[in-house]
Formats: sequence, C-alpha cells, structure tokens
Amino acid sequence: MTTTDIVTVGNRPRLERRPLRKIFARPEIGALVAALAVMLFFSVYTSNFMTLSGAGVWLESASTFGIMAVAVALLMIGGEFDLSAGVMTGFTALIVGVLTSHYGLNIWVAVLISLVAALAVGALNGFLVMRTGLPSFIVTLGTFFVLAGIDLAVTKLITGQVAIQGMTRVPFYDSVQPLFGSSIQIGGGTFYVSVLWWFAATILATWVLLRTRAGNWIFAVGGQLNSSRQVGVPVLKTKVGLFMTTAGAAWLVGMISLFRTSTVQANTGVGQEFIYIICAVVGGCLLTGGYGSAIGAALGALIYGMVFQGITFAQWDTNWLRTFLGAMLLLAVFLNHFVRTRAGGAR
Amino acid sequence: MSATNKTTGTARSTTPIVEVREIGKSYGPVNALSGVSTTVNTGEVTCVLGDNGAGKSTFIKILAGVHTPSEGELLLDGEPVRFSSPRAALDAGIATVYQDLAVVPLMPVWRNFFLGSELTRGVGPLRRLDVKEMKRITYTELDNMGIDLRDVDQPIGTLSGGERQCVAIARAVYFGARVLILDEPTAALGVKQSGVVLKYIARSRDRGLGVVFITHNPHHAYPVGDRFLLLNRGSSLGNFEKKEITLGQLTSLMAGGAELDSLAHELEREMGRESSLVQQFEAEAERLPGVVGEAGSRVRE
Ligand SMILES: Nc1ncnc2c1ncn2[C@@H]1O[C@H](COP(=O)(O)OP(=O)(O)O)[C@@H](O)[C@H]1O
Ligand SMILES: [Mg+2]
Repeated sequence: MTTTDIVTVGNRPRLERRPLRKIFARPEIGALVAALAVMLFFSVYTSNFMTLSGAGVWLESASTFGIMAVAVALLMIGGEFDLSAGVMTGFTALIVGVLTSHYGLNIWVAVLISLVAALAVGALNGFLVMRTGLPSFIVTLGTFFVLAGIDLAVTKLITGQVAIQGMTRVPFYDSVQPLFGSSIQIGGGTFYVSVLWWFAATILATWVLLRTRAGNWIFAVGGQLNSSRQVGVPVLKTKVGLFMTTAGAAWLVGMISLFRTSTVQANTGVGQEFIYIICAVVGGCLLTGGYGSAIGAALGALIYGMVFQGITFAQWDTNWLRTFLGAMLLLAVFLNHFVRTRAGGAR
Repeated sequence: MSATNKTTGTARSTTPIVEVREIGKSYGPVNALSGVSTTVNTGEVTCVLGDNGAGKSTFIKILAGVHTPSEGELLLDGEPVRFSSPRAALDAGIATVYQDLAVVPLMPVWRNFFLGSELTRGVGPLRRLDVKEMKRITYTELDNMGIDLRDVDQPIGTLSGGERQCVAIARAVYFGARVLILDEPTAALGVKQSGVVLKYIARSRDRGLGVVFITHNPHHAYPVGDRFLLLNRGSSLGNFEKKEITLGQLTSLMAGGAELDSLAHELEREMGRESSLVQQFEAEAERLPGVVGEAGSRVRE
C-alpha cells in the first residue's frame, strides 16, 4: 500500500514558476512604492521639494537615519534589537568633544578612541544578550539608559554644561572635518558627504547580506537559531559582530553630526533608536528576524527624510510627522505579516 | 545476548560501517537505554522501532555523538570509537537529520542546502558566495534524489514537510555522509508525504549509504528496512533481519508482545534467567499470535 503512494507522489506535477509574484515577494518593494508616492506627492504639492536645494535638504536629513537604519536592519535580520543605538551617536560624539576640547587630546586619536569605545559597547551588548539568553530588547534598554545617564552626568561633571561647543578651535579640526561634515554646492543645493556615507553603507550592507557567508549567517541566526547552530554557523560571532556593526554605524553618525555642526548636545540621539527600527520595518524587515533588506531600510530612511522636510516645505505643523510615521509603521507591519504568511515559514 | 550479535554478525562477510555492542546510557539515575546491539551496513537500512520513551532518541544521540554511552562499545569500520561531539561524528561521516530538520524556513532552498558550508570564490575582500554554483549543485543533488524543484530560490518554508525532509536528507548525502540517521522523519507527515520520505530513504540506501531510520510505525519501517531493532523501555526486544520476521510479527511484537516480553526481561534481571517464572513468561510471549517460532525465540536466547 505504501508503494503505490510513493508512485503517486512521485508523479506530482512540477511547481509553477511565477516571476511576477517573485518580484512582489522582495522585502523592499513596499518601501519603494511608498517612497515614490511620497516623492511624487511633495513634488506636486510644494514648489521647492523637487529642486536641487530641496533635494539637498531631504537627502541630508535621510542620510544619518539611513546609515543607522541599514545597520539596524542587519541586526534585526539577525534577530536582535539595539535600543542603545540612538544614544550611542551622542555618546561617541561626546567622547571626541570632551577628549579634545577639555583634555586637549589630538583629535584623530580622540576619533579613534571613540570608535573603540563604541565597538566595545556593541560587543558588550552582544555578549550580554548571548550569554544570558535574555531578549536584546531588555539588555539594550539597559545599556541605553546607562549610556544616556553617562552622557548627561559626565558631560556636566567635566564641562559644567550639557553641550560641547567651540569644536572648531580644536587643533587639526579642519583635517578631520571634510571626512564627516563637508558639503558641495550643486546648482544652489548643498549636498553633504554624509549622503555618500549613506549610499556606501547601503551598498556594503547589501553586498554582505546577499553575497557573503556572513550574510547567509545573519539570515540564518535570525530565522532559526537552533538550526543554524546544528549546521555549524558561528552563532556567537555573527550576533556579536552585528551589535558591533550597529555600534560602529552609531560612531559614524556621531562623527557626522559632530563635524557638521561642530557642537554636540548631551542628549543627542536619545529617542531616535525607534526611528531606526521604524525605517528598517518600513523597509521590509520582520520584527521576528530572518527577513529584510538593507536597500529597504535605506528607502525607509529616505521616506522619513522626505516626509520630515516635505512637511516643513508644505508649512504644516511638524508634529504630524510622528503621526505619519506611526501610520507608516502599522501599514508596513501589516504588509510584512501578509508577506510572511504567504512566503512560507508558517512555523 | 551474544546470539543477537551472531545473527547479524555472521550473516555478513563485510565489516559493518557502524556496530553497537551492548550499548547503554543513563541520565543520572534514569536508565534510558541498556544492552542494545545492532549493526549498520553499507547500502542497508537499519530501523529502530519503539514506542514513545523507548529510548530511540537516546540511541541515535549516542551514534550522533551528542551523548557518550555509559556502557557498551561503538565500532566504526570495526574499530572502537568514542565521539566527543556531534562534530566528531559528522567528521566520521555520520550525519543526523533531527525532527526539526535544521532548516531556516524563510531562507531559499539553496541557501539552506549550503548553510554553514557555503561555497565561495575570490580572495580577501572580494571573497564572495558562489551563488551560481551552489544553485546548480542544489538543483542537481535534489534532482538526483528525484526531487524536481524548478526554483531552488523559493523559501524552504514553502515546501511541504516531506519535501523539506528530503532536502535535509539530500544535504546530508551531499556533504559526504556514510551513515544517515533520521529521527522519526515520518512522524509528523501524512500518508503521502511519508511515502515520499520513504522513497528517499530507499534512494539514499541505493546510493550506498547506511541508513538508521527511527520510527514507531512498523508499516513505514518494513517496506524499506533490512534490519529491525526493537526497543522497549530502554532495552532491546531483539534485532531481526528482514528474512527473519514478517510485518505481522513486527507489528504484533511492538504492540502486545512488547509488554509481556519486557516483563519477562525485567523479571530476568530481578530473579536470574533460569527462574521458572521467567521461562513461563517467555513461553507466554512466544505463544502470542503473530510472534511465532523463530522470531519469538530470537527475542531472548
Ligand atoms: N536528557 C534526559 N534526561 C533525563 N532523562 C531523559 C533524557 N532524555 C531522555 N530521557 C528519558 O529516557 C527515556 C528514553 O527517552 P527517548 O530516548 O527520548 O525515547 P524515544 O525517543 O524513544 O521516545 C525516557 O524515559 C526519557 O524520559
Ligand atoms: Mg524521540
């Protein structure tokens, strides 16, 4: 009786190929459509949105969020969150600010020290999460508050203020500044170097995700941790590496904001961690891990930048931004949920 | 007990890939397995049958290097071995497909196939996945197993349970397994899906692998099995070659005979095997419908 079943099943018709469905199964497709819609809307509704000067403004706005959203997307695909990512952008900038303007350390050395500090916090996040088995949401909520406290208290203790100013007087400031804060004028528009960093981060992350072993492991540890272990994926290395990548991105964004404005507030970055997560989710990342795209996250950040500046151009109350973001998030989550149930992985 | 070994040992001239002798395992005070012997030969399927809690998983975890046995011997190609880790067993060519299959549902079939052992080309920062080659190999390997997936790019979660099992099996075969251990691959499947999996078990066998097939369903075991190891409450009810037992006997041994016989076995341990009560039980077990003559006598010496 079993033998006849084998024959029947063996003759089952082949699976059909559906290229159109394949395109719509891409994680970033929703964000792409939304980005085009937002762009079209503000281009029509306001006169200066689709000009070079307008584009310079919203691209700059999107760039720093984009760098973080891309890193956070990798982390989310790997199945983790980092709530300390926002405050880390302030933390790294403050380290450089305090070490140079207050202790007179060479600015290049200070920039490197701040990178090392960021990577150390990232590694700490990763090891705490992996060793305790606690959700990263809780662990990084902890480091978030620890760092937020340090940022304020230490800055106040050392400088007596809650901000660091006058960075331009620091020796060799001008030798570092072009790397993170320079801009060029194109036809009346100001385009910052941060936009290049953002594009570079997106391309690099996409390459890593789709074309390297590390990328394969990121999808795997986020999608099904136990299975990954069983087939020999270096789980710890992958996860800790992801937290360190996010911290590294936060350092980059910290430097960008420091060298663009030459000042840093002690509360810089606080609250922005959720915007990174929203951008990543709008870009197609699943909150449960194992699925998403760096390009999608970059598009999510582009939407954020365009709406943020578009609302200003349209002279609306900027408080609507949050409402819009929340609605976007819900829509994206519903869409992702739908995709997930369709694309399998019902288990 | 040595008779059990003789039955399987002398029937073959070649050395089995894996042989277990009087193997046992206790978890602290819990004696999960004791005195179990069987062999796994090239191009043969050894079925391990037993109810829930019989010790099937414990048995294969010993073979897979997850547990080291508390007693008995494990021989690989005739040489005694001790696996210190699952990796060690894997390196010796013993691959295990657990019930959760070790797949990542949202990842494409080809990425799952090579997960943890990805092929790359280029060096340094240009080292990258050899996507084309991996897709090609995945396609051909599955095709060789008779699974025709046109699109190896679809998430493995979109495949049916049976197809997923088959991909996991094909993966183990491709990565050089000589012995393939399958932990209840048909347990969660319907009749048709089970059929598909049984077909791939047969294919793997035909490709020269030694297969250890764990199941509690004699109807699944019998068509593909060459040897049947029956477990009950951690001890062996016997180790039969296919010609020594019919499906009916196998079924009945698992159902009723198992109870009586294990009772006899327990008594034997308590009172010594010469005890008249034990003999009586054994006689009783032999008289059960289905378990007749030779097969029944093979259960005990
Ligand atoms: N890790 C463990 N610790 C303690 N007891 C265990 C453990 N694993 C299994 N057992 C016990 O060993 C016996 C055999 O279990 P198992 O090998 O899982 O049986 P099966 O796979 O045939 O259902 C059961 O009584 C079970 O409770
Ligand atoms: Mg079991």
